[in-house]
Amino acid sequence: MNLESLTQATGEWLKGTGPESDIVMSSRVRLARNLAQFPFVGRASEQERGEIEQFLREQIATAPIGKDLEYIDVGQLEEVDRQFLVERQLISREHAEAQGARSVAIDRVEQVSLMINEEDHLRIQCMHSGLDLAGVWEQIRVVDEQIGKVVPYAFHDRWGYLTACPTNVGTGIRVSVMLHLPALVITRQIDKVFRSLHKISLAVRGLYGEGSQAMGDFYQISNQTTLGRTEEELVEQVGDVVPVLIDYERRAREFLVRETQQNVHDQVSRAFGILRTAQTITAEETMQLLSRVRMGVLLGLIGDINIADINSLLVQTQPAHLQKLRGVELDTKDRNIERARYLRKHFESAGGATSPN
Amino acid sequence: MKCQQCDKPAVFHITELESGEVRELHLCEGHAQAYLNQAEAGGGQEQEAGGPLTVSQTADELAVLDKKACDMCGVTFFEFRNQGRLGCPHDYVQFEKELEPLIANIHGATRHTGRRPDRAGSDLPEATEQLTGVIGLRREMQEAINREDYERAQEVRDEIRTIEARWLGPRST
Repeated sequence: MNLESLTQATGEWLKGTGPESDIVMSSRVRLARNLAQFPFVGRASEQERGEIEQFLREQIATAPIGKDLEYIDVGQLEEVDRQFLVERQLISREHAEAQGARSVAIDRVEQVSLMINEEDHLRIQCMHSGLDLAGVWEQIRVVDEQIGKVVPYAFHDRWGYLTACPTNVGTGIRVSVMLHLPALVITRQIDKVFRSLHKISLAVRGLYGEGSQAMGDFYQISNQTTLGRTEEELVEQVGDVVPVLIDYERRAREFLVRETQQNVHDQVSRAFGILRTAQTITAEETMQLLSRVRMGVLLGLIGDINIADINSLLVQTQPAHLQKLRGVELDTKDRNIERARYLRKHFESAGGATSPN
Repeated sequence: MKCQQCDKPAVFHITELESGEVRELHLCEGHAQAYLNQAEAGGGQEQEAGGPLTVSQTADELAVLDKKACDMCGVTFFEFRNQGRLGCPHDYVQFEKELEPLIANIHGATRHTGRRPDRAGSDLPEATEQLTGVIGLRREMQEAINREDYERAQEVRDEIRTIEARWLGPRST
């Protein structure tokens, strides 16, 4: 697959479409699967990893999904290209940084991705824009079923699907939604919300990176347990909490507009001003400011920009994307200059005057 | 404070009173669970019937357990405890008793209730058991090659092929 063609495309989760897409960026499900006849990846020899990769590739090609997939040999990629796939959420950071034979198969619309030789032999991922867990589950269920017909999954009557780490055993499912919660952050209610999520054993992570401080008010909520409940029950566990969080965020946004209209308008406008005029800017600051502008657009405080535009800027300004767009490798300092230039150019052509109200 | 049985922080502090003697245990969540389950079940296997479980005995048991290795991939329980990753699917069978309290602790459950794979013409639990045998055989073949016992290596290779032909269908070579 040609990575350059992806650079121009808007990934699935950036489309800014789908139900509740003002708050829910994307819905995602992944399944951990292993072959019965090989050791887990961490204990497989270099030769075995090669055999696992080849076996899965050949067998999956015979399934209906096979014809929609294009493979990328992750082991052969330059670091910037691996990072590029991480930024698009098509592979995990672990997969990018691992050693040995490994690959990823992606469908044309970037909804389905299959990581081969990550922590498990096969990680199936499916992602849709907006809130659509039911749709994602239905799609990944079909893909899993098709692959399960052509490869012998390691399965145990009592323990279910067998995984390298016991934390994934059973269903091997991880259901997650990525939410944009700026108003809950501004009104300092976010910690309270997360504490209550932990109590019902849901995990919260930032957009990029394990456990790191969430950047730009984007948070991923996912299930923590995988055994003892059906896939549908686990999808529901995450799905049930989303409307509650959406409601909290909407109310916090209304509160901000009602009680602190001037302040919010000021914050949003300043954020927009910096993005349009800065000469050098870090990825972190960019995300933070884009988050504020995104909220401003949704609150009707800024006109002439659409949400899909802001979503795509969130990824296009990430380090690897910036370098792919520019076509050269850049160090941090030059990246910050290039990022500022890219943003100025983008907003110049996109217009985007503050609305008069 | 560290758990007395591994490097994780001790979160359970248990005081055992037995024949006037006081023993203190400091364990992580996983080991505490294992310890309490054992105590409830009347002690581990190596115990004398009815004898009380003491710190030294659990430590001894753990030392024995740590050396226990998977027949197929050869990973030891010690390696698993350190890395947090199992070696192959057969580990769930080989270490079932040891993994049970750990899995119960993580998931609050010990039985899968979700979907099952349906590969045409094969009874899956049996297929996994048979196919994980290949992992051990492949290791055996490599060892035979290493000691230049090519006759044995050939035999083992044929065994592998038989299993693969039976469970993977005609594609395997």
